[in-house]
Amino acid sequence: MPESFITDWTTILAVAAVGFAAVLGLFLASYILAPKRKSADKGLPYECGIRPSKYNWSQVNIRYYIFAMLFLIFDVEAVFLFPWAIIFVDSVAAVFYEMLIFIAILLFGLLYAWKRGALQWN
Amino acid sequence: MIVEIFNNFPYIFRPSLLLLFLTITVLFLTWLERKTLAKIQMRMGPMFVGFHGTLQPIADAIKLALKEDILPLWSNKQIYWFAPIAVFVPAFLIWVTLPISNVFVVRNLELGLFYIVSISVLSVLGMVLAGWSSANKYAFLGGVRAAGQLISYEIPFIMAILSIAMISKSLNLITIVENQSSFPNILVQPIGALIFFLSGLAEIGRTPFDIHHAESEVAGGPFIEYSGAHWSVFFLAEYINTFTVAALVVLLYFGGWNWPTMPFEGNTHSFLSALWFLFKCYLVVLLIFWIRGTSPRLRIDQLMSFCWKLLAPLSFANIIVTGFILYYKLPWVILSVSSILLLIVALYFIRKKTNTSPQKTIKLYSANELRAAGKNNSGLETNND
Repeated sequence: MPESFITDWTTILAVAAVGFAAVLGLFLASYILAPKRKSADKGLPYECGIRPSKYNWSQVNIRYYIFAMLFLIFDVEAVFLFPWAIIFVDSVAAVFYEMLIFIAILLFGLLYAWKRGALQWN
Repeated sequence: MIVEIFNNFPYIFRPSLLLLFLTITVLFLTWLERKTLAKIQMRMGPMFVGFHGTLQPIADAIKLALKEDILPLWSNKQIYWFAPIAVFVPAFLIWVTLPISNVFVVRNLELGLFYIVSISVLSVLGMVLAGWSSANKYAFLGGVRAAGQLISYEIPFIMAILSIAMISKSLNLITIVENQSSFPNILVQPIGALIFFLSGLAEIGRTPFDIHHAESEVAGGPFIEYSGAHWSVFFLAEYINTFTVAALVVLLYFGGWNWPTMPFEGNTHSFLSALWFLFKCYLVVLLIFWIRGTSPRLRIDQLMSFCWKLLAPLSFANIIVTGFILYYKLPWVILSVSSILLLIVALYFIRKKTNTSPQKTIKLYSANELRAAGKNNSGLETNND
C-alpha cells in the first residue's frame, strides 16, 4: 500500500511541523512580550548560595553506560520481536520455538549481567 | 454533530485540531492535578481565579509567556534553546495515531503500536540535551539520571506492549480496541497491565519515579536553569505524556471506547464512544495523581533494581507464558490464571522488598531532662544512626 504509506508519513510530518510551529510561536510571543534585563549575576548557573565555579560538567557514574548498553541489546531485540508477535500464532512450530530460543539467550545474558553484579547500584 | 464537523474538516487541518485538543487537555490537567493534590492534603487548592480556580491555568499560561526567558551565560546556547523542542515534538507526535474513538483520530497507522514505541524513547534525548547544555551540575546529574531511568523502563514498557500485540495479532490501535469488544485485555493480562502502568509512570517521570527532577536531590534536574516560555514547553510535554500513558492504558487494557460498547448507531455512537473513552482516561489520570499525592520517591538504586531485577524478567516471563498459551490455542481462562499467578509473584517480591518494620525507636526527651543532662554533663544516649 504505497499510497497510504505516503499519506501516513506526510501526516506525521505535518503534525511534527505543527508541533514545531506551536513551540516557535510560543518562543516568539515570549520574545516580544517578556522583559529582557540582563545582569551578570542572573546569568550564573544556580548554586545553593555560593558562587559557582566554572566547568560544571562533573563525572558520571560508569553504571549509566552499562545500563545504556543493556538497553541497546533489548531494544534491538524488540525490533525483531514485533513482527514475530503478529504472525507466530498461525505459523509452524519452528517460528515459535526459534524466537523462544532467541529470548532465552538474551535472558541468559541478563542473568549473567545480574550475577556479575552489573545491575547492582552502589 | 461534532462527528460530522470533524469528518468534513479539511484533512490538512487535523494536526492543528490535535494541538487545540491537547492544549485544552493540558490546561485542564494542571487544574485537576492541583485540585486533586489539594484534596489529598486537605487544602482548597486554587480558588480565586474564576469559579473554584478554573481560570487559574490560563492565568498561569499568560504569566509564563510574560516571564523573562533567561539564557544562562555559560550554557551551550543553541542546544539549550533547542532542547525543549526535542522534548515536546516527540510527545506531540505520539498523538498522530492515538484514537479517541473510531473516527476521532488524526491518522490511524497500521503499525501504530510500533510507531509509539519508537517515538516515545526520543524525548530522552531532549532531557539529556537540556541537562548537559545548562552547564549546571544539578541539571547535568538530572539529565544523566533521566537517561538511565527512561531507557531502563523502556524495556518492560515495550515488552508489555508486545504481549498485547500477540493477543490482538495487530499493531493497529483501532483493531486492538475492536478486538476487546467481548472482554477487555486486563482480564487476560493483569500482570501486563501492572508492568505497563508502572513503567509508563517511570517513562513520564512522575512520582514515585521522579528521580530525574527530584526537588530535594537535584533541585529540579534538567529544568533547573529554564524559565518562562522554555520551561513551559517542558511542562506541556510532561502533561501531554501523562495523558498519553493514561490513554494507552485505557486503549490496550481497558477496552478503549469499546467495553462496554456504547449503544446507538452512526455518529451518536462515535460521539458517545469518545466521551466514554475520555472518561476512562481521566479515571487513570486521577489514579496517577493519587499515586503522586501519597507515595514517596524511590532511590536511584531501588529504581534501577526494580526495573532490571523485577519488571524486566517478569515481562519476559509474561511473553513466554502468553506465547505458549496462544500458540497451543488454550482457553483464555488459563491465560488469566497464569497471569494472575505471575501478578501474585510480583506483588510478593514488591511486598518483601518494601516491608520495613520499625527497627529503631527514637526516644523523645523533655526540656527538663535535657537541662538535667546538661547540668550533670553526662550527655544523652544517642541513636546509632
